Amino acid sequence: MRGTHWMLAPLLAVILAAATSDVAAQEKVIAVTAERFKFTPGVIQLKVGEPVVLELTSLDRKHGFQVPDLKIDETIEPGKVTRLRIVPDKAATYDFHCSIFCGSGHEEMAGQIVVSP
Amino acid sequence: MNELKGRREFMQLLGLGGVVFASGLAGACTNILRKSGEAEDDFFFVQLSDTHWGFKGPPNPEAANTLKQAVQAVNALPIQPDFIVFTGDLTHTTDDEAERNRRMREFKAIVADLKAPVRRYMPGEHDASLDWGKAFQEHFGPTHYSFDHKGIHFAVIDNVSDPGAAIGGAQLDWLLADLKPLRPEAPIVIFTHRPLFDLAPQWDWATKDGSKAIDLLQHYKHVTVFYGHIHQEHHFKTGEIAHHAATSLIFPLPAPLSQPKRAPVPWDPAHPRRGLGFREITVDESRLVLTLKQDSLEGTAAAQPAAATGS
Repeated sequence: MRGTHWMLAPLLAVILAAATSDVAAQEKVIAVTAERFKFTPGVIQLKVGEPVVLELTSLDRKHGFQVPDLKIDETIEPGKVTRLRIVPDKAATYDFHCSIFCGSGHEEMAGQIVVSP
Repeated sequence: MNELKGRREFMQLLGLGGVVFASGLAGACTNILRKSGEAEDDFFFVQLSDTHWGFKGPPNPEAANTLKQAVQAVNALPIQPDFIVFTGDLTHTTDDEAERNRRMREFKAIVADLKAPVRRYMPGEHDASLDWGKAFQEHFGPTHYSFDHKGIHFAVIDNVSDPGAAIGGAQLDWLLADLKPLRPEAPIVIFTHRPLFDLAPQWDWATKDGSKAIDLLQHYKHVTVFYGHIHQEHHFKTGEIAHHAATSLIFPLPAPLSQPKRAPVPWDPAHPRRGLGFREITVDESRLVLTLKQDSLEGTAAAQPAAATGS
C-alpha cells in the first residue's frame, strides 16, 4: 500500500526480522485515530509478549505520535496509514502525545500505552 | 526617588533574591573587553515570557490585563533596562489568520508603552507553529538572529516555527557560522523558547534537535541560555552551559512531570497573579557574572478594566 510504513519500536520489539505480511496478518491490530485534540483510544492496552500493530491515521491534519520513553516519534499524515509494530517486553505505562503543534488544545492531545503482564 | 549611581547600587538596595552563578577567567575576559573598548560598567536587561495575548479561560480570568500590568511593573523599575527580551508565545494561538494578526498588532501596541528603548522578540509555538512563522515575521522580524551588546554576544534560536519543534539544519549552520568568530572564552547568551535539552519530552518540553545546538555551544566556556515555554522558573546545566526558564505572564504550569498532565495550575482568586512575573538579569563588568532576579506580579496593582486599555 502506498504511503504505508512499517516501523519498529526498538525498545519493545523482540521480533524484528519476521515482519512478513503472513505474520502481520495474524497479529493483533489496533486502530488509533488522531484528530484535534485527541487520540482514540486514549489508552492503548497491550500485553507483555503479545505482538501488536498500531494503525495510526489522522482524521483532519498532520499530527505526531511520540512516545519518548520508547524513542518513538512518528508523523501521521492525513490520508495515509502509519503502521507501528511493537512487542511489549515488560509491564509498564508509557505516555504518548502529539508532537506536531496543531492548535489551541495541542497540549492536551496525549494518551497512554498500558502494558499489562 | 533618590538618584542611584548605577545598577549595582540599585541591586544592593534591593538585595539579591535570585540565583547567582559565576565562572572563571573573569580577569582575562575583562582585559579582552578593555582592549576592545567596550563599556566596563554593569548593565541589565529584562526577560518577559509567554504572555499569550488573546488567551481566554479559567486559568487566568484577568488575561486581558496581565500583560499591561507587566508593562506597568517594568516601567516602574527605578532604572530602566538596556533592553527587554520576549522569549516567545507573545500571543495565544488561533486558527484564524486574521485574528492571529490582530493579536500581534494588539501585543505590539501594548508593549509600545514600555519605557525601555530596545525590545527583542522571538516566537513561541503559539505564535509561529501554525504558519511556520509567517505572521510573526511580518510583525516582529526574523525568528532567529544575533546581536552584540556591551561585550556580550546574544543569539536567538528559533525552535518553534517548525511545528515538529526542530531547529533545523539550515539554522544550525547559521548558528555555527555566527559563533565561529568568537573566542572560546567569549561570554554568550542564548535566547530561545523551548528548552534545548530534554527537560520533559513526555510533556513536549524539549527541542527535537536541541542537542545539536548544545554540541555547538559546548565549544564555548561561558554560555547561558534563557528560555520560556514551561511557565515557571527552572535552572539546569548541561556541562558548563546554564539553562534558565522563566515564569509566564498568563498562568503557571506544574513542575515537570509532577502530575499526570501538564494542565495549568488552577487560578487562585485569593492569590491572583501568583506564579506570574518577569526576570531581571544583571551582567557585571566582567561580563561573566549574571545575577538573576525574579519579580512577581503578585501584589501589584489591581487589574485595570479591559475597555480602558484598548483591547
